[in-house]
Amino acid sequence: MLKKSKLVVALAAVALIAATAPAAPAAGNLEIFTWWASGGEAAGLAGMTTEFTNKNPDTTFVNASVAGAAGTNAKGVLVSRMEAGNPPDTFQAHAGAELSSYVKAGQLEDLTSLYKSEGWDKVFPSDLIKTLTTKGKIYSVPVNIHRANVLWWNPAAAKKAGITKAPASLDAMIADLAKFKKVGIDGMALAGQGDWAIAHLFDYVLLASMGPDKFNGLWNGKTKWDGAEVKTAIKKFATILSYGNASKSLDWPDAGKLITTGKAGFFIMGDWASSQWQSEGLKLGKDYTWAPGPGTAGVYQWLSDSFTLPKGAPNRAAGIAWLKVCGSLAGQDAFNPKKGSIAVRKDSNSKLYDSYLQAAMKSWKVDRLVGSTVHGVNYGNAGMSAYDSAVGKFYAGNAKDSAGLVKGLVAAYKTNNA
Amino acid sequence: MALKSAKRKKHIQNPWGGFFFVLPSILAMAIFVYGMIGWTLKFSFSNRTSAWKKDNSFAGVARYTELLDDPEFTHAFSNLLKFTIVFMIGTMISGLIMSLLLEKGIKGEGFFRSTYLYPMAISFIAMGTSWRWLMDSAKGPKATGLNLIFDKMHLNFLENTWYTSIKGSMFAMALPAIWQMSGYVMALFLAGFRGIPDDLREAARVDGASEYKIYRHILFPQLSPTFLTVLIILGHISMKVFDLIYGIASKGYVTKVLAIYMWQVIFDFQNYAKGAAIAVVILVMIAVVVIPYLIYVNKTEEAK
Repeated sequence: MLKKSKLVVALAAVALIAATAPAAPAAGNLEIFTWWASGGEAAGLAGMTTEFTNKNPDTTFVNASVAGAAGTNAKGVLVSRMEAGNPPDTFQAHAGAELSSYVKAGQLEDLTSLYKSEGWDKVFPSDLIKTLTTKGKIYSVPVNIHRANVLWWNPAAAKKAGITKAPASLDAMIADLAKFKKVGIDGMALAGQGDWAIAHLFDYVLLASMGPDKFNGLWNGKTKWDGAEVKTAIKKFATILSYGNASKSLDWPDAGKLITTGKAGFFIMGDWASSQWQSEGLKLGKDYTWAPGPGTAGVYQWLSDSFTLPKGAPNRAAGIAWLKVCGSLAGQDAFNPKKGSIAVRKDSNSKLYDSYLQAAMKSWKVDRLVGSTVHGVNYGNAGMSAYDSAVGKFYAGNAKDSAGLVKGLVAAYKTNNA
Repeated sequence: MALKSAKRKKHIQNPWGGFFFVLPSILAMAIFVYGMIGWTLKFSFSNRTSAWKKDNSFAGVARYTELLDDPEFTHAFSNLLKFTIVFMIGTMISGLIMSLLLEKGIKGEGFFRSTYLYPMAISFIAMGTSWRWLMDSAKGPKATGLNLIFDKMHLNFLENTWYTSIKGSMFAMALPAIWQMSGYVMALFLAGFRGIPDDLREAARVDGASEYKIYRHILFPQLSPTFLTVLIILGHISMKVFDLIYGIASKGYVTKVLAIYMWQVIFDFQNYAKGAAIAVVILVMIAVVVIPYLIYVNKTEEAK
């Protein structure tokens, strides 16, 4: 008898544990899903977290961070959790088309009313809001803006090659690459690891070669992927690749080191390169310098990290409180100087930022805005993956198979709109 | 006291007692292995091709025929075949040579054994990162890693682009895999050699057989079950290779194999049905290798 009752107690205990375990993010927790886990990203997130806990002292901040591989691992975990109906209270994603699969699956809440009540519809640039809007609704709150079309170079190496100022056009840049080659320096730093950084370069070449109007047409079918403009761009891209470093397997920080150590001339990379180099103790203006991507001055090719509100979030109120911090002036100015990006808001305090970021802020206000393909603005995850793969194949084949690249790009467009 | 122990004995003899002991693992296997295989199969025959089209209706073999038309899939498939062939042959040969060297019981055998086995203890990702540096594709004055070694040794003709060229990628990719697994294969062969009684060699020597003949006619024939085991183990490791390649080249196009493409299709494309179909293809490939082996093992056990 005694034994039996013990068993019942044990079973009851097990049942209790089983019942309470999945309900861990109880009321009073904010579970946030992000892949910012180290360096300037983590420091920026910590700044925003402090802002959040000051405003919401009763809410415990739970960071379900999954680090590594530029967020690809995190995306895998997130996809499984969303599919299983167990979403976090808020998660990080690139603003733009990358969110489209969640939106189409009906997994995100419409945040348009939050934009009105917080006044974001006035302080965020209208071009940006247009891109964020899907069928009249907005599903995410951007916290930062990175610029993708930036040219980085080493003043000392450029001097050796007789280059004193940034090239003004794509063709001028190609001429400069030849000058670098003459003095024994690789013209362009290439990061072949995992295809995306090469696709990033290609994205810039497309933009510089055909201009923003045609470039924007690529994503809505107005510019044909097998048309003459794309073919011209591919020809120029192949020329640029021929001036690249021989090592085809570098990660982007390694490729960046070629610039800062004077072993390569130019580097087309997003402006996160600058914060990476500063964290290594290098000085902007002395060890490295920048210019808008040649031929794209006056065009700001942007990408943005944003936060969302999943449907069925266990603690919806905390999720909304977090989004309010994300869009607030204090939140954005706490995050961005450390992350090495600029605030989305037009009223941000520029004194908190370094000279590159101040210049970027000025351009952000006046420039024509176009999205970055490799970082989730123009294509969803599937299209993006196919785009990277097509460019990676072209690069691996020593830039010979132009017809194959066109075919791959057409297929990527189809994948995206399937 | 005596009564109690007798009772206990009786209890153990009851066949149901044993069954209940293994029941938890039978259940776990049934659900998490066979249940999940069934689930994956069901998905692979469905129309669930995106996160937002919640259409689980039956599609027949549509997903599989799609795979045949998908150049990315055929590319990953042929990559995997190339990798498998080079990896299996290379690992077998180097493992066999190492075991032959150790088999005679040289001095410091324990040291060599653990040195050869050591690569197995390294995580795939850490290993991938170091091999990425070693197999750098720059040649000549800018060479690093293996190419630098060749350059310094004036063996410039050996310098190559490793895994970054479309033709040679998978052959180069097999190198780190061979380096890692050949120690393990050596251990298996060594165990096989040790299982052969010394009397046989002695008898052969007395009969005047040369060392070569002893290996060829006495030792190797007795090793054939070991060969088979090694073949099966390497085969199934090769079919599902993922982390090694991801660690070296990430999702890059040139070195894409089935497991990496499957992961991309499921989590990037969110095409669940197609991803499940690729998973089934991998499963079938492994089954083709493993199931005949299991049948063979069962038969030989019965014969004993």
